[in-house]
Amino acid sequence: MKPLALFLGCTIPARLTQYESAARAVLDRLDVRAIDIKAFNCCGYPLRNINFEAFVLLSARNLALAERKGLDIMALCQCCFGTLKKAHTLLKEDESLRKEINAVLAKERLRYEGGVEVRHLLQVLYHEVGIKTIKKHIARRFEGLQVAAHYGCHVLRPSPIVQFDNPVSPSLLDELVGVTGAVSVPWQRRLECCGAPLRGVNDDLSIALTRKKLEDAHGAGAAYLCVACPYCQIQFDTVQGGSKNHLLPSLLYPQLLGLSMGINTKALGLEEHQVPIEGIEVFLAQGNRRRGARPPEDRGEEHRGGARRKSA
Amino acid sequence: MFFTISVYLALIIFGAGVLYKIFTWFRSSITIGAAGIPFSKRVLSFLSGILATLFSAKFFTLVKVFILDVILNRRILKEDLLRWFMHMCIYGGFILLVLMHALGRYTSAAFFDNYYSTINPFFFLRDLFGVLVLVGVAIALYRRFIAKIPRLMTRRMDLYAIFIVVVIVCSGILLEGTKMASYTVYEQMVADYTVFDPEEAMALEAYWVQEFGVVSPTAQGPFDAATIAQGRELNNMTCAECHSRSQWAFSGYGVARIIRPLVSGLDKMNVHGLLWNIHIFACLIGLAYLPFSKMFHIVASPLSLLANAVMEPKASNPATIATRQMMELDACTHCGTCTVRCSVGAALEEIPNINILPSEKIASIKALASGRKLAKAELKAIQEGVYLCTNCYRCTVVCPVGINLQDLWFNVREVLLQRGMPELSLLSPLSFYRGLMKEEMGHKGYRKPLIKTRKAITETGGVQKRGDQVLPLPQRDREFKGRLSLSAQASTFSVCFGCQTCTNACPVVAHYDNPQKDLGMLPHQIMHACALGLRSLAFGSTMLWDCLTCYQCQEQCPQGVCVTDVLYELKNFSVEQVGTLTAQRMRIG
Repeated sequence: MKPLALFLGCTIPARLTQYESAARAVLDRLDVRAIDIKAFNCCGYPLRNINFEAFVLLSARNLALAERKGLDIMALCQCCFGTLKKAHTLLKEDESLRKEINAVLAKERLRYEGGVEVRHLLQVLYHEVGIKTIKKHIARRFEGLQVAAHYGCHVLRPSPIVQFDNPVSPSLLDELVGVTGAVSVPWQRRLECCGAPLRGVNDDLSIALTRKKLEDAHGAGAAYLCVACPYCQIQFDTVQGGSKNHLLPSLLYPQLLGLSMGINTKALGLEEHQVPIEGIEVFLAQGNRRRGARPPEDRGEEHRGGARRKSA
Repeated sequence: MFFTISVYLALIIFGAGVLYKIFTWFRSSITIGAAGIPFSKRVLSFLSGILATLFSAKFFTLVKVFILDVILNRRILKEDLLRWFMHMCIYGGFILLVLMHALGRYTSAAFFDNYYSTINPFFFLRDLFGVLVLVGVAIALYRRFIAKIPRLMTRRMDLYAIFIVVVIVCSGILLEGTKMASYTVYEQMVADYTVFDPEEAMALEAYWVQEFGVVSPTAQGPFDAATIAQGRELNNMTCAECHSRSQWAFSGYGVARIIRPLVSGLDKMNVHGLLWNIHIFACLIGLAYLPFSKMFHIVASPLSLLANAVMEPKASNPATIATRQMMELDACTHCGTCTVRCSVGAALEEIPNINILPSEKIASIKALASGRKLAKAELKAIQEGVYLCTNCYRCTVVCPVGINLQDLWFNVREVLLQRGMPELSLLSPLSFYRGLMKEEMGHKGYRKPLIKTRKAITETGGVQKRGDQVLPLPQRDREFKGRLSLSAQASTFSVCFGCQTCTNACPVVAHYDNPQKDLGMLPHQIMHACALGLRSLAFGSTMLWDCLTCYQCQEQCPQGVCVTDVLYELKNFSVEQVGTLTAQRMRIG
């Protein structure tokens, strides 16, 4: 498989390093080569409210850097993915915009011709590695684990631009969850926003929307939320993090997959979350447990997800 | 006498400057929390912090950081090999010159009985160190003026630093060269240290002309072997004790060779005397001005590296953090690493505010911290620059002197926001980090800047949250429609037929019992207002800024209106509009 330029964005290296380490660990096992381009900058997403040209320029600079190396981009963040995709489409379709942006990029001896395909980690796993191959790497399946899969807005919509999956009834993440043996439960609000874009802007609204989602997924019988976006993960984690009664711990998809592949918990950064998720290991089938997994008594009392599920 | 006075004067200015700088570390602050802490308490907490560190296991961390980061510049090496080589050349060469040569009387002479600057290894090393410095300077000039690294800014203080180093080293090399070739200097030395008869003097002179590069008006060679042999013998008897062969000082010898045809003229004009004065006074000026120039980083940067290696953000005393941050401002060398690696630095091309660049923010923050009164427009520019930051921590990770830049930005941001100037970037995902830090910020002003900013928007829009009041007939702006065309999608509002699907799909609208009361205009109404050219209605809605950008509306629109993209574009316009208005008010007020 062709190597891909790994686009980490700003949030992951600063506030969610476990996403990076888990993704790298999983990709490594699946023989996907991720190349780092040090000069990558912000995808432009946070500037979209403020200045259209600035957003396109930042995105275009990343695309141009990847194009210069002849690499496609693999993003880990929904918002980076959506933004890069959007900019790519704009630049491809609007020649005058492309000229204008390329004139600025020329100062750094860069230009973008529209030759980079932007993909999300989930797409790479699903389309390029493939469910079949992933299955071969599963060392221990989850048993009896119900997971609420949360896609994140900016991979799904606007669908003509992102072309990720069916925007109304996507199944890509559900299938990826299914590979690990976990059951992806249907829930009503699964396609809705996590609330993160308004964090710091309108906190009450932002947190209220997050709580609604959590309650909904919880009500649908899920023991864990599974996400693949740093904003969503941080939002779900920190909104619950302060309180004692966590409704629903949230983990990142590469962590879920990594666990069932038998990757050690340290590399997956399981202990880095505010709402503990180590309890999820209880669901791993005991029979084919690999060496290196921690014995049950070490996991502490963070089995809230599991305990709740039994009582429900 | 004049020389002695100058030396003492330079030393006094240097000492006073250093003391003043250290004083400002404890006096000023750029943190909200530290404003009320008295000077004495700041000093005490700083000293107790140092003591506590020295007598703990952290002492070993300090030693490690001192060797790896301070002496070996490990953090620069991680970032860029060429820059590391450059800095090692300049700083290594210069420090060694200061120790071995400038302070030779106190250092080299103390360790070596037979120390003379003109004898090996000192003779050779002096030139080697000098040339190293020049190599480093050449790389610095290449980086700043030829390599054209994007967004690497050069300020006057950077040029001064390069200039003073070049003057000191070059005047030294030229002085050495002219002295080597000078017949006057040679004659003076012979008169002072020898008692030869004329024949012996001739032989020695011939030897020095041939072997040491002296340019004699009379003896010009070629000389016969016997004379040279005699000269060599005399040289070994009397001169060799203090003089290695001139070729060892390769740069000075090179100069001596080049200026050969001019030597007699230069000698008459006493050029070496002039060069001596330039060399010495450049050194003294460099010393006296050091605390006020970027060269002060020689003192502050190691302290910053050491302090940041052992200070933990949560466990440290706020008084000490405030002091450390002031020290960090002096530790900045304006090397531009942060700017080159900044996540949003490239946006400068579209948002021409120099304060977006971290290395330039520091300069503005220095002005802010000094307590100097800044114009409102300047403050606004700093505020905007500090807010256009994704809080990605890259600057902090890469800073060669270990400044915790991220903390600095966060503190300055809050200080400025609390002054109440609207900041529209607050209403963007850039605020995510501030939202996460809400609990830790621990001051009550969290909401104030948000409220002020919303208010500023309302003032330009005019019809936010008025409920059922009778509105004055809003003015139509026929050009407004045409302006919404930044992206091709944004003009799609014109095909909206008002079916309300977007509004019904919106999770924000769904959240409120009475959405119009809380949000003002709803998505379909905003689209309609755009189509009618009613700009104040389109801008005036809270909905615009409470949009999640989740694209539900756009996805479900049966008419293909890019609702979310239109909202984005309206926000862009609003930012521009409020910006212009605020700027106008600043000019008036």
